[in-house]
Formats: sequence, C-alpha cells, structure tokens
Amino acid sequence: MKTDPAGVLTGTHYLDGDFACGEGAMAAGCRFVAGYPITPSTEVVERITRRFPMMGGTFIQMEDELASMAAVVGASWTGTKSMTVTSGPGFSLMMENIGLAAMMETPCVVVNVQRGGPSTGLPTMVGQADMMQARWGSHGDYEIIALCPRSPQEAFDITIDAFNLAELYRVPVLIMMDECVGHMTEKVVIPPADAIEIVPRKLTTKPPGEFFPYRVNGGTVPEFARAGDGYRFHTTGLTHDERGYPVMSVECQEQCVRHLIDKIKKNADKIVRFEEEETDGAEVVVVSYGITSRVARMGADLARKKGVKVGMLRLIVAWPFPEKRIRELAGKIKGFVVPEINYGQMVLEVERCAAGKVPAIVVPHGGGGVHDPNEICKTILGVAR
Amino acid sequence: MSTLMKTEVRPEEHPIAPFLRMDRMPHIWCPTCGIGTVVKCYATALGSSGVDLDKAVIVSGIGCTGRVAGYMKLDAFHSTHGRAIPFATGLKLGRPELLVTVFSGDGDLAGIGGNHFIHAARRNMDLLVILVNNFIYGMTGGQNAPTTPLTAKSSTMPFGNFERPFNLPHLAASCGATYVARWTCLHIRRLTKSFQEALKRKGFRFIEVIAPCSTLYARLNKLGTGLNLMRFYHDNAEIRHGADTRELDIDFQQKLVCGKFVDEERPTFLDMMQEHYRRILGDKYKPMPPEGGMIHG
Repeated sequence: MKTDPAGVLTGTHYLDGDFACGEGAMAAGCRFVAGYPITPSTEVVERITRRFPMMGGTFIQMEDELASMAAVVGASWTGTKSMTVTSGPGFSLMMENIGLAAMMETPCVVVNVQRGGPSTGLPTMVGQADMMQARWGSHGDYEIIALCPRSPQEAFDITIDAFNLAELYRVPVLIMMDECVGHMTEKVVIPPADAIEIVPRKLTTKPPGEFFPYRVNGGTVPEFARAGDGYRFHTTGLTHDERGYPVMSVECQEQCVRHLIDKIKKNADKIVRFEEEETDGAEVVVVSYGITSRVARMGADLARKKGVKVGMLRLIVAWPFPEKRIRELAGKIKGFVVPEINYGQMVLEVERCAAGKVPAIVVPHGGGGVHDPNEICKTILGVAR
Repeated sequence: MSTLMKTEVRPEEHPIAPFLRMDRMPHIWCPTCGIGTVVKCYATALGSSGVDLDKAVIVSGIGCTGRVAGYMKLDAFHSTHGRAIPFATGLKLGRPELLVTVFSGDGDLAGIGGNHFIHAARRNMDLLVILVNNFIYGMTGGQNAPTTPLTAKSSTMPFGNFERPFNLPHLAASCGATYVARWTCLHIRRLTKSFQEALKRKGFRFIEVIAPCSTLYARLNKLGTGLNLMRFYHDNAEIRHGADTRELDIDFQQKLVCGKFVDEERPTFLDMMQEHYRRILGDKYKPMPPEGGMIHG
C-alpha cells in the first residue's frame, strides 16, 4: 500500500545520514519512537521529535536503552510501527529485548549508528565493530535482518525497506549505520508519498475463537492480532506453542526456534541484497559495506591502475549474508579483500563461504577514522600476486 | 472422613473462570502461595468494575508473579525480567485507549526493574501496577530481594539479611504515584475494592500486596506454612488509611501497616503531552488517535 503522506517530506534536501534515517522512518509510517540519548545517533531522534507531533506520532525518552527497546516491542503489539535508535553501548543494553522481539515475532526497527568500541570507546568517531553483535548479540538462536547504508540517500531508502522487512518477516530489523554516514551531509531526494510502498501490518481476519497467535498456515509468519481488538491472546518470551502458551519440551523448542531460523534462512534469497561492480573476470573481489565501501572503491581504483582486475561487492543487507554469491565468486577469483572498521568480523563470513578455496584477507582498522586507500590497494595487490 | 470430602465436585464453572485461561490450569504456584488469591481479587474487580475487557491488557515480567499474565484471559504479555513497565508503556502510548495493568513481583518490579518503576511513577504513566511482595526471589530458589526484611534469612543471606529493604509505598508516593495502597492477601474484600477503585483511576496507580511464600520464605525463616503467615497477617496487619508513607517500613515479623495512602488526581503523561502540544502548536498538533498509530490500508 501507499504510505501516509503526513510523514513524507517530499523534495530535494541536503541532509546528514541521521536526519535522512529519521525522515525514512516517518515516511515508512513509523509513529512510535522510544529512545535514550547517545552519540552519534541522537540526531535521528531529534529530527523525528520536531515533526512527530504534526503527524500523530509519539516519542518518549525512556530512562535507558533497556526500557527503550522494551517500549518499542510493547508499542509494536498495538500495530503502531515502532523504532528505537542507539549506538554501541545502548545497543548492548537493547540485546535483551531484541531477543524478546525475535522470540515474540515482533516487527520493529533498531538503528545503530556505530562508533568505536569496546565499552565507551570513541563516542564521536566511527566504528563498524558491532556487526557480529548484530547477528549474535542476544542469547539463544535466532535470525535477524541487518542493513548497512552507504550514504544519506541510502539511509533514507533503507529505513523504509527496514520497516517493510520487519513486517514481512515479523523480526526486529537492524540498521547498522556508521558514524561517518550518520554525520555525512549529502543530497537526499524524498519522493512523493504515492511513490512510497509500505507493507502494512498483516492483521488476522479470523474471529477470536479461531485465532492462534503462532500458527503458521503455510505462510512465512503467523497472522497478527493487535492488543485491544478482543482476541485475548497470550505471548511470551518463553518457548511457546501455536497458542502462545509456554511449553517446556524438546519438541516445542525445536518447533518454535526452528521457525525463527527458517523464516529468514528459507527466504534469504529474497532478503539478501548487494551491489556488484566489475566482478566479471575479476581476480580479486573487495567485499565492503557502509562508509568503508566508499573508501574501498578508491583502494580498488589504485589497484586497477596497477593492472589488477578488481571487482567490488557491497553488502546492503549484511544479515542474512549473501552466502551463495560469495561461494560462486570463490570459484572464479584469486581471493577476497575485506576492509572493515574492526579487526575482522564480516571477513569471517566471507572466509566461511570461500571455504578454503581462496583466501579472504581482512584490512583491519581499529576505528576512529576510515582506511587509507593505499592500505586496501596494498592488500589487493598482495592477494592478486 | 467427612461427607464433604466424599462429595464429588460438580463441574460448575467458577465465577472467575471466564477471566482465566482455564486451559492452562493447573497453574505453577505452590500450595498456600498467595499469588492466586491476588489474581482472584483482580479478576473479581475486573468483572465488577465494568471495564471493557477487550481493551484491558496485562503485562508481567519474570518470576512467580510474572506468570500472572499467562493465566489472565486478556491480551496478555509475558515480557522480560524487570521490563514489564516499559513494555506496558509502549502498549499504552502505541494505543492510548488501552487499560494497561502491570502485574509482577517485588524482585521484578523493585529489583531489576526498579529504574523503570521510579520513572514511570515520575511521568505519571497511566498504568495500574500490582506488585505482589513475598519478600524473596521465589522462582529461582529463595534468594535475597530488595524487599527482604532486615535479619530475615534467604538462600543467599543464610545468616540473615543485612541490607535495608525498600519501603515500596513510600518509593511510589515520593516518585509521584497518584494512587498508593498496601494490603496483604488476607484482605480479600479490601484488596478487591482497592483494585476496583484503582481500575477507575488514571495515572500511575500502585498497589502492593503482601503474600506468603511458604516454600521458600516461610521455610527458610521457620515461619510455618502459608496458613501460618496468613494468621500472622491477621494478627499483625494494621489498617491506617492515609498513613505517612515514611512510616511504612516492614520489619521482620513486625506489624504490617496496610491501607490506602495516596489517592489524588494529576495529569498523566499523555494528558501533559497533549495539553502541552495543543498549547504550543495549536491546530498543527495532531495527537495519536486513541486506537493507535497503525497505518491502515
């Protein structure tokens, strides 16, 4: 369906990634935001709070990120599209209720504008070291969707995609932005509302007596009943059956958790998104995401000038990971180079998919700045040799 | 053997059965646990208060009392440990017409969830918060709680507790709760009446209910069974409506001051927000509709 025009600031703007992300959320129909201030993400919320009262949106600044995430999960159960925004330290606190959202199959969006870590780390400076936390941060087995914008325009576009994916798969969707993209100002074009497709909450049409909150009737996810519509349903963070009732058994655990995994894994081809450049006939493929994809291109160009055929693969969706494509490429090239602003996280996935056929070499960076393109070039040349 | 015991119980429906998920019975609570009594009073109050049950939702955290949401036949949420209040806050703000009850234990709401408790009271968030206080972490095996009275034994304070416990009505009142009461689960009529009254009020309403935990608290402290504790409540509870909340500390096996201590009207978070935006933004302000901010097709 088309989105609510009240949230869409149609036009050509000059915005930073944080503001663009906020605009994307409002354009996507987000009408509840709970958050706690944290650098470098706060501007997302500051943008939203200036416009929310005019479109029927409610923002609340909670007492911490534990509460923010819990409130987002609660609000989503009313059918209101909900989001929270944070950075590393807050992301750690949110893990508890991200797990709850995964278990309760609650659509919601979490933005992490990544800064340098660990702990308080580099509050105002860039990092990309929460990528594995995004995948595995909450305890137990579950699948997640995570997206990585490379520019303010993409921060806007991807935020709308995030809300739509959250509805389609009933999962928390993580926007793994980074401080550079968050604070970078560029042109952002916001289309008219009738050009923005959004996925509405799929409410059940069954009468209350026949509705089971976790029955998957051949679809990808169960139908939804929102709080206050008379369904008198039950939901829990405990392992549950199709009634949403706790069942402590091996069989129920298998059924319940298997579903959380399968709904993403079996649809990974539909969710996975990446961009390729000159990968045909490439000797080396550089895999990168976020701000690093822009620096990586400079590194690739330097190597191309020295005669190496360099391809680029940019992750737009980081989780689920594009396993198939990396496996295919591994059969055709000499190796992967993975620059990222951490000491080696997504490179582990590349290495796993390359499965020993070719090397996957990280170009590490501790954070606080971006790579020197020469470093990336040097690694490319090393792999090509 | 008395004739009563031989009599077969006819399959009549209990008056509060319609409010419960009877397909989940039997419940997990121990014999002579007090939580069931509190649930009975709450269900009775729900039935007699005439509230729209379709709009009544309940949220629990984790623990013995945390299981209450699972047994109430309402839209019911069994959330994470300590986070029932923020979860409920999201429900209320996402669909303002909901009547939201938080039903959880002392460890959940005053221990791990203590920060959320004080801030929701400060904001006067429109929530009815029912806290069952059994002075101990029951589900995990009797560990010390922020409510364990001084000198009482717990599994992690085997030589007796030396940490000062919370005076919960005072905490709630000083943070801005608009309705504050304390009862024991022996006070069935008064507790039910208190629930009825609080269901009709607005704002952050807090009711503490002292309840026996015979399996752990009573056993570790050699206090007998739940029945002995009920007798203790009978002999030692003192009803003092309007008492100064500073004087409501609970000492080990000393008198329990009960009653209604606060009952006042104050604008809720949503009242404050809406009135403020209307004044500042005038016609430009568009509040979230009572049925929520869901975008419909």
